[in-house]
Amino acid sequence: MNINQLSIFLENRAGTLTKVLDLFKEAHLHIIASSIADTAQYGLLRIICSEPHRAYKELERNGVAVALSDVFAVELDERPGQIAEAARLLSEAEIGIVYMYSFFLHGKGLLIIRADKTEEAREVLLRSGLHCVSEKEIVDLWRPA
Amino acid sequence: MIWNPNKECMSRDERSALQGKRLHKIVEYVYHNVPFYRHKLQEMDLTPDDIRTIDDIVKLPFTTKKDLRDNYPFGLQAAPQSEIIRIHASSGTTGNPTIVGYTRKDIGVWSECMARCLTAYGVGRDDIFSVSYGYGLFTGGLGAHNGVEMVGASVVPASTGNTEKHAKLIRDLGITGIACTPSYALYLAETMEQIGITKEQIKLRVGAFGAEPWTESMREEIQERLGIKGFNLYGLSEIMGPSVSYECQMQNGSHINEDHFYPEIINPVTLEPLPKGQPGELVFTTLTKEGMPVLRYRTRDLCSLMPGECGCGRTSVRMTPITGRSDDMLIIRGINVFPSQVESVVLSMKEFAPRYMLIVDRINNLDTLEVQVELRQEYFTATFDTPAAIDELQKRLASKLRSVLSIGAKVSLKAPNAIERSQGKSVRVIDKRNLK
Repeated sequence: MNINQLSIFLENRAGTLTKVLDLFKEAHLHIIASSIADTAQYGLLRIICSEPHRAYKELERNGVAVALSDVFAVELDERPGQIAEAARLLSEAEIGIVYMYSFFLHGKGLLIIRADKTEEAREVLLRSGLHCVSEKEIVDLWRPA
Repeated sequence: MIWNPNKECMSRDERSALQGKRLHKIVEYVYHNVPFYRHKLQEMDLTPDDIRTIDDIVKLPFTTKKDLRDNYPFGLQAAPQSEIIRIHASSGTTGNPTIVGYTRKDIGVWSECMARCLTAYGVGRDDIFSVSYGYGLFTGGLGAHNGVEMVGASVVPASTGNTEKHAKLIRDLGITGIACTPSYALYLAETMEQIGITKEQIKLRVGAFGAEPWTESMREEIQERLGIKGFNLYGLSEIMGPSVSYECQMQNGSHINEDHFYPEIINPVTLEPLPKGQPGELVFTTLTKEGMPVLRYRTRDLCSLMPGECGCGRTSVRMTPITGRSDDMLIIRGINVFPSQVESVVLSMKEFAPRYMLIVDRINNLDTLEVQVELRQEYFTATFDTPAAIDELQKRLASKLRSVLSIGAKVSLKAPNAIERSQGKSVRVIDKRNLK
């Protein structure tokens, strides 16, 4: 149920983002979701993509500072309070949320969570009744059969 | 005014005789007390008896910063530890600083030399004098301090930092003299303007400026903005500290305390001594030092010795302002910084590639240092996927740099391979300061 997210270090300089995105384009890799943590000096680009391992190799080969991070994708429906529920469960188990972001994919809301204790977070989410989407499910959702 | 006319105005012949006598004595002293020098002299088939007059100095071996580093910490110390009453340290070329121990007599000579400087600037017992060099391992603070006490002025050990408070003290105490770096003097002038202290409200009239190169136009600006007369003060801890040379009221070259520190100018490439008037690298031999005497120490500072007499009556030789360095040392906020020191810190952290760039600038009259480093691709893992983790890494490097360099640096993280590789000799420093 863990998702491989690419975390990419980008200097705050014109052209650094374009260079990375061009690599995705040239390798025919599809970006499904992205988010950026920005600071005064640099940004951290977080990407969920169609083939994370291939993307990682491609970026690494081209000298990009890239890492694969373990994140979870929780499916959200239209009922209120689901993000609160996920946050409450994790905090009760004393698991910290390092960051999170959400996106829509073909009508489904998905919440990406990076926890400070991946294994424990996995247990908690499995037991919670919340639906955690796997990497395969995301790719299937993105590319309907 | 002249503090010690007997020494500062002695005839050239008399001084040469004194220098020759002292040189023989110091060579004999290090020969018997410092194995490093004994071996060097033996290799050159020299004994102290071969050194009789000051002209014999050219027979002696040079001493370099590397020699000091190789003999860290006390290898070049000549006096037994029980005789050492103070230890200072200055920047080494890598992780280790250069350690200099002083005997009671050394501190006395230093105070005397500093008193000569201050008297030449016009400082006396009625003055209130603020020492705004850093106190601590750096020789600037305590070195100037002792001299101010020696001439009998009231010393205010302001040190560095808290410039607003310092500006108020200058006004409220009626401080008349200050020792600091020239760039700090400009920064002080700016601070005063910001908090509304005018030069008419202060009694400052003398400035002793050193520890970094400065120019005539900087002098004019400082003199104008603070309403003072500014004088050069030169020194280096390997030789003593501030007081090696000083300007007089003529403000035309700095008189060297050459009865204690014998100067030569050499060609930094061939190491041949150069005649007076020719620019080259300044070399000093300490003629009276007990703690850590040095023979023909290569300062790496470029300047020339000035021929001719000075109108002030002192007969000691004058040196021109320093025009540059024969190595890659930088002076940042008065502190000596070697790119190799930064390199040793960067190499000690595996998260960074063994490559760096130093950007030195002067913003609002304060020197700034930026150290650019590259993240090493293979160490950029999921641990570093938050700004908090990256900032922590940055802080770790910054704090290591601070402890090795003694000054703060801004660390800028670059992506792998972002720092330009130059062909051939790599350029590691960009100095944007424009000393006109």
